[in-house]
Amino acid sequence: MKFSEQLEARYSEMLTHYPVKRSLLVPFLLYIQDEFGYVTDDSIEEIAKRLEISPLEVRNVISYYSMLRTKPSGKYNVQVCTNICCQLRGGEEMLGHVREKLGVKVNKEVTSDGIFSVEEVECIGACSWAPAMQVNYDFHENLTPEKIDQILDEYRQKAVQE
Amino acid sequence: MADVTQNATENVTLTVNGRTISAPKGTLLIEACKQHGIEIPAFCYYPGLSLQGACRMCLVEIEKMPKMQTACTTPIAEGMVVQTESEKVVQARKATLELLLANHPLDCPVCDAGGECELQDMTYKYGAGESKFIDIKSHRDEQQWSPIVFYDRPRCILCYRCVRVCGEGMDVWALGIQNRGQGSVIAPNKGDSLDCEECGMCIDICPVGALTSASYRYKTRPWEMTHVGTVCTHCGDGCVTTVGVRRSETGSEIVRCDNRDRSGINVDFLCIKGRYAYDFAANPERITTPLIKRDGKFVSATWSEAIELVAAKFRETLAASGPQSIGVIGSNRTTNEENYLLQKFARTVLGTNNIDHHRTADFPSFARAIAANKAQTASMSEVATAPAILLIGSDPTEQHPLLAWQIRTAVRRRSSRLYVVNANEIKLTRQASHIAKIAIGTEADFVSYLSGNTAAAANLGTAPEVLEKLRDALSAESGLIIVFGPELRGEAIDALVSYGSRIGAKFICLADYSNSRGAADMGLYPDLLPGYHAIAGSSRSALAWASKVPATPGFDLTRMLDGAASGAVQALWVVGSNPAARYPENTAFSRPFLVVQDMFLTETAQHADVFLPAAFAYEKAGTMTNTCGDLQRLKKASDVHGVKSDFEIIIRIAEKIGADVNELVPFRGHTFADAGQSRGAQSGEADRNAVFTEARGLASRTSPLDPLITLDEISKLVPGYAVSRLDLAAGNMQRTELVQIEPAGIPSHPEMVEPAGNALFTSGTLGRYSTTLNSVVEKHRNAIEPIEAD
Ligand code: SF4
Ligand code: SF4
Ligand code: SF4
Ligand code: FES
Ligand code: FES
Repeated sequence: MKFSEQLEARYSEMLTHYPVKRSLLVPFLLYIQDEFGYVTDDSIEEIAKRLEISPLEVRNVISYYSMLRTKPSGKYNVQVCTNICCQLRGGEEMLGHVREKLGVKVNKEVTSDGIFSVEEVECIGACSWAPAMQVNYDFHENLTPEKIDQILDEYRQKAVQE
Repeated sequence: MADVTQNATENVTLTVNGRTISAPKGTLLIEACKQHGIEIPAFCYYPGLSLQGACRMCLVEIEKMPKMQTACTTPIAEGMVVQTESEKVVQARKATLELLLANHPLDCPVCDAGGECELQDMTYKYGAGESKFIDIKSHRDEQQWSPIVFYDRPRCILCYRCVRVCGEGMDVWALGIQNRGQGSVIAPNKGDSLDCEECGMCIDICPVGALTSASYRYKTRPWEMTHVGTVCTHCGDGCVTTVGVRRSETGSEIVRCDNRDRSGINVDFLCIKGRYAYDFAANPERITTPLIKRDGKFVSATWSEAIELVAAKFRETLAASGPQSIGVIGSNRTTNEENYLLQKFARTVLGTNNIDHHRTADFPSFARAIAANKAQTASMSEVATAPAILLIGSDPTEQHPLLAWQIRTAVRRRSSRLYVVNANEIKLTRQASHIAKIAIGTEADFVSYLSGNTAAAANLGTAPEVLEKLRDALSAESGLIIVFGPELRGEAIDALVSYGSRIGAKFICLADYSNSRGAADMGLYPDLLPGYHAIAGSSRSALAWASKVPATPGFDLTRMLDGAASGAVQALWVVGSNPAARYPENTAFSRPFLVVQDMFLTETAQHADVFLPAAFAYEKAGTMTNTCGDLQRLKKASDVHGVKSDFEIIIRIAEKIGADVNELVPFRGHTFADAGQSRGAQSGEADRNAVFTEARGLASRTSPLDPLITLDEISKLVPGYAVSRLDLAAGNMQRTELVQIEPAGIPSHPEMVEPAGNALFTSGTLGRYSTTLNSVVEKHRNAIEPIEAD
């Protein structure tokens, strides 16, 4: 199991942040996820070994946080908020619309072309501009079905071009 | 007690439900209340494990605190005023239960825990009979995680007891908790299966029926069983296990073993063997009728035919070739009374000292060293509170699971220091503060190094600074317990005890089977009488019957087998032992007239001329001494038609031989009992007379088959066995001692020691007939098979 140079550097630096090693588990899992697209079995073993905890314990933590994945997501992970503010302003309808447009049904499902995955999430901190969604690390606010169509089309095009 | 350091000198006084109570500072509220008989319900709190505060069942009102508090995490404070059953508290408990039941399947009628479920009990007490929930219950199918462990998620109340006992208690860490909120599940370490020690601790600690065992699930209802607490028959540690039995067509059947009342020296602990390896008792291969070999084949016989044949043959052999031509091999699993009786019978009736057993530790050397140094032995319980432990050799996790648990407990709860000296990387090094990995077979050199011979360090192959640090740290310890395995024998034991007694240490000598120590203490040796009196020495006169014992030592086990091969030994009597398995090449077994008492047709029994089907530990009464010298009472739990206890078999053979049975077991003793006539006003009350006489070993014994007669004799005649009979009868462990014995002239034969080599999932003959143990062994064998690279 090899981490990229950048990730290794990040690891060494983070080690200095906490009084106990295991404290870096959650933030570091996020970096692992960024590097591999999800938390792979290999990286679970690796991080467990480094932090001197059992792989089971790493899995326990991963399962607690919905933003950590052990399966690949789409190239663009569409996270639609349905928490209270968004819900009041049509968040659930937006989620329904995204799912319908992309042809997915269950939470975290990946489209057959692998470009998108759709996830229902709790508050993403964009309540003032509800309803909102986040695609990878980008925010899209004040959503309407039309706006969603446009946003998703743009991402698809980007994906095809790359 | 909780994980809080208690200062016994400082007490705190508080008021609970209007009552003034006090307890040591630092005590948790829930424990302080318990000590004063006030029960606070709890699911997640478990004494000895870390605090969880997850279930909210223990909420109480405390004055001046705005919200209700969890009694399981609140230490008591001076002047605290607490309400544990106020209306508000009762309402809160009811609400908690309602939430727990919201997604509970309520399948109590078929649940293993039904009738002994803490959730049932609490619901019964606090109501919560109605539910405001109309949601569909989320169902998950039950899962089998290992040959032992099953998990039924809907029943789980997420108390985390299982997770903590596996991690903190067992140091296995095989269980985790995954997801969040009501989606949480308990998860095994291998995704959908467990790789663990299969101890069943998680199952028994589960307050509900979420974790169940393959051996008990859906087998019976708790109230259909009778429960008898007795001593585990497997290793030398002596855990108390509670045997649950119910009637069956073969007598009474064992349906489970557990430690439901936590009253034994093992408190919470049992390993897989004490909990699940009882099933050999009902193995279809068990023999329940006496067998006589005719024309090379076994045919069934009645008990009187078989016993008469044995007696006749013994008499014949005695008459034709004298007492030297009979050999007796005793057992490490029979009771003290049986062992004592067997050697007394061999010596005083057959007139031979040809008696021995499979020695798994050098107890004669140990007894000699302890007595000579006036040193003390340590009990199993003391290990859990010892400030420091030195472990030389052995691998307790595999061979002495309770000892390993005790050591872990000491380290975890008292921050005790563990010093491990071993040729292998044993698991307990995880708890060790000092580790010396030494070369194989150099344990004695290590002892020599400890005793001041620095040159001996050269043989150990250990870095000198490691050794020095360890030695210096050890010499600064007080209250040290030294535990050693069969690697140390003979003079090395003398040296170790002499070193340790200088620093005030106590000792434990490890042997392998459930009553190996008892076999040694009761004199199953050709050259030692009960209490380690040398045959040839003068101290033996302390034994009332010693004048009848031949003056010269008899044959040891190897010489008996040689004698059998050469024809010098004409009759061999093997009680609960399987020497042929250890000496498979030896043809000696087919030559003499061979009598075998056992449960199964073992390698040895195959050669028998007469096979006598014996009861095993859970089917008889008596006492056993664990490897530390803790004496405990065995109570008869189950029964199988056809078999007899070894005690009874010996008596019956003695009687047929024409011996005076009353001399072997003085059963027509005193006539203190008044059969109830004279008690007058006391009739119907506890029989105080019986209690009085029993407690003093004066009770009238009216049947020769009552093994307690022999216990009376043992406690009078065997040094160190004069224990409190009342305590013993009450189920308490009693300490035996080695200091009263006469050390001079105790012969020892270190070369005769041969460890059994049992591991966590094996247990000699018994293990081979245990389906449960075999299934686990099988699983582990498959697991370690190399996976072919593709
Ligand atoms: S059986 Fe014992 S070792 Fe296995 S998971 Fe349960 S507690 Fe842990
Ligand atoms: S399985 Fe049993 S012990 Fe474990 S968390 Fe659930 S209820 Fe508690
Ligand atoms: S540790 Fe030994 S005595 Fe205790 S249950 Fe296991 S085998 Fe039996
Ligand atoms: S509720 Fe949707 S962003 Fe806060
Ligand atoms: S027992 Fe106190 S919170 Fe569970």
